[in-house]
Amino acid sequence: MKATRKSFGEALAQLGEKYSNVVCFDADLSKSTMSALFAKKYPTRFFEMGIQEANMIGTAAGISFTGKIPFICSFAAFLTGRFDQIRMSIGYAQANVKLIGTHCGVAIGEDGHSQMGLEDIALMRSIPGMVVLQPADDKETHECIEWAIKHIGPVYIRLTRQEVKPFNLDSFKPGIFQKVVDGEKVAFLSTGGMLEEVATAATILKSKGVMSPAVYNMSTVKPLDSKFMGELAKKFDEFVVFEDHTTMGGSGSAIAEWISESAQTPRRVKRYGVRDQFGESGTPQELLEKHGLVAQRIVDNLSNK
Amino acid sequence: MNQVIFETWAKETPIVREAVLKMIHQCNSGHPGGSLSMIEILYSLLAKSGVMKHNPKQPDTNDRDRLVLSKGHGVPALYAILNKVGYDITNEELMTLRHLGSRLQGHPDRVRIPYMEASTGSLGQGASFAQGIALGYKMDKNPNHVYCIIGDGESQEGQIWEVALSAPHFKLDNLTLIVDYNKAQIDGYTKDVMGLDPLAKKWEAFGWNVTEVNGHSYAELNKAYRNRVKNIPNLIVANTVKGKGVSFMENEVGWHGKAPNDNELKTALEEVRKNFQIGLEA
Repeated sequence: MKATRKSFGEALAQLGEKYSNVVCFDADLSKSTMSALFAKKYPTRFFEMGIQEANMIGTAAGISFTGKIPFICSFAAFLTGRFDQIRMSIGYAQANVKLIGTHCGVAIGEDGHSQMGLEDIALMRSIPGMVVLQPADDKETHECIEWAIKHIGPVYIRLTRQEVKPFNLDSFKPGIFQKVVDGEKVAFLSTGGMLEEVATAATILKSKGVMSPAVYNMSTVKPLDSKFMGELAKKFDEFVVFEDHTTMGGSGSAIAEWISESAQTPRRVKRYGVRDQFGESGTPQELLEKHGLVAQRIVDNLSNK
Repeated sequence: MNQVIFETWAKETPIVREAVLKMIHQCNSGHPGGSLSMIEILYSLLAKSGVMKHNPKQPDTNDRDRLVLSKGHGVPALYAILNKVGYDITNEELMTLRHLGSRLQGHPDRVRIPYMEASTGSLGQGASFAQGIALGYKMDKNPNHVYCIIGDGESQEGQIWEVALSAPHFKLDNLTLIVDYNKAQIDGYTKDVMGLDPLAKKWEAFGWNVTEVNGHSYAELNKAYRNRVKNIPNLIVANTVKGKGVSFMENEVGWHGKAPNDNELKTALEEVRKNFQIGLEA
């Protein structure tokens, strides 16, 4: 078990050796985003910005045009909260900046709403050219980080505070969802901190004879791969997307948009996530239960439909 | 740098002011006031024998100083000067300002024109962007300099004061911010909208190498550009006149973001064409 933010810190520290033009910025959260691991190893390539997220975004955009590949790190809420800076200085300028948003979702627990990244996918997805990724586990986080370094253009990577279990998935390919559990008719899509609960729910639903859902790891939110999505839409009648994020504009919306506009045959899409509400303090477990994002709640919701 | 060069520049810039007015007139939109106030600031940077090291025929060379126009609404002035000093913006292209498909967007777009260096227009952001370039130059031991022009209204943005804090922290002596202090913005005079004074003292208190000059004096601007202190970033408060060179636009808040009509253009062009004195103020 490992938090994907920790996997990120380890990956960047490791990959920094191979990619000497990678630099890293943080805004006084390096011990939480785990960029501190990079900072320790490459002090001259790490810039502590203090609590200045807007300035960090602009500075990273500028330095990217001197041939560096900057990673900018903060809590997803604080980073994507500076939307205008990301939209203009990174998005519109097509700056080769990699954005790392940690502490996503209600699963951060006790700190409450202000620290929870709940709208970050919706915001980042709306910027032309922005790639949006959310890796499932340690291995995939490493793969996503290296892919982001090689990719020319802005990439947003959403990471968890909580530990997640390893899934031994096929290698990360952008736009391709790896199969986690076999099934038919219904496909569950999820990733990051949610995937284990969703896979467990699928197993319980199968054993109860309610349905036999497949589970896929949706680690790419944007861009979706049209060929892959087309195959998926042929294979399944219904899609259920689970995410620790607002249902408005998130991963579920991305799937709903694709299916409603591009699927050959009408398909149903259901979205589970935080429904037009603010986060709050509580234990991660309590909050995930409240929003229907634990295995038992998923089973209950889908059994009573 | 001597008086002869300044006099040459003063003879060369009426055509720039003319172009700015025509560009804004032909698309019936744009910002004449804040374009005309920074002509001398820009020209003394970019003109042949100006302070900036750059090559209009090879704009992307690594061996160049860079200019970020953070107050992006003043971009007609920059387009006109880049045209004048030999970049690939033609006279005909100048008159496509703000047209669909034109490279000359209403505000700078570095994707369409890479030598714009930054994409600006949402105020406050260009200064951070310039700081990032300066930081990259430091890392690479690239000795070149980064200039960034910010507005006085723009200086009300919090992000400007984040840079005020961070550039001295990073010891970016290869960065010069120039405030086009023309004292007016959309909703009124800056002192009434959200006062900035004492502006120079504020920057000094943040640890910058501050010079206050007449922004329509080539002599003073040049001296200020060359006044550098090791490990300390530079800030020039350039006192300017909004709408400089067109009597009915000067210091008139209403000319921040309004195009002249046919008659106004005619009068304005007559005024700027025969004025070869701007820039030579003591």
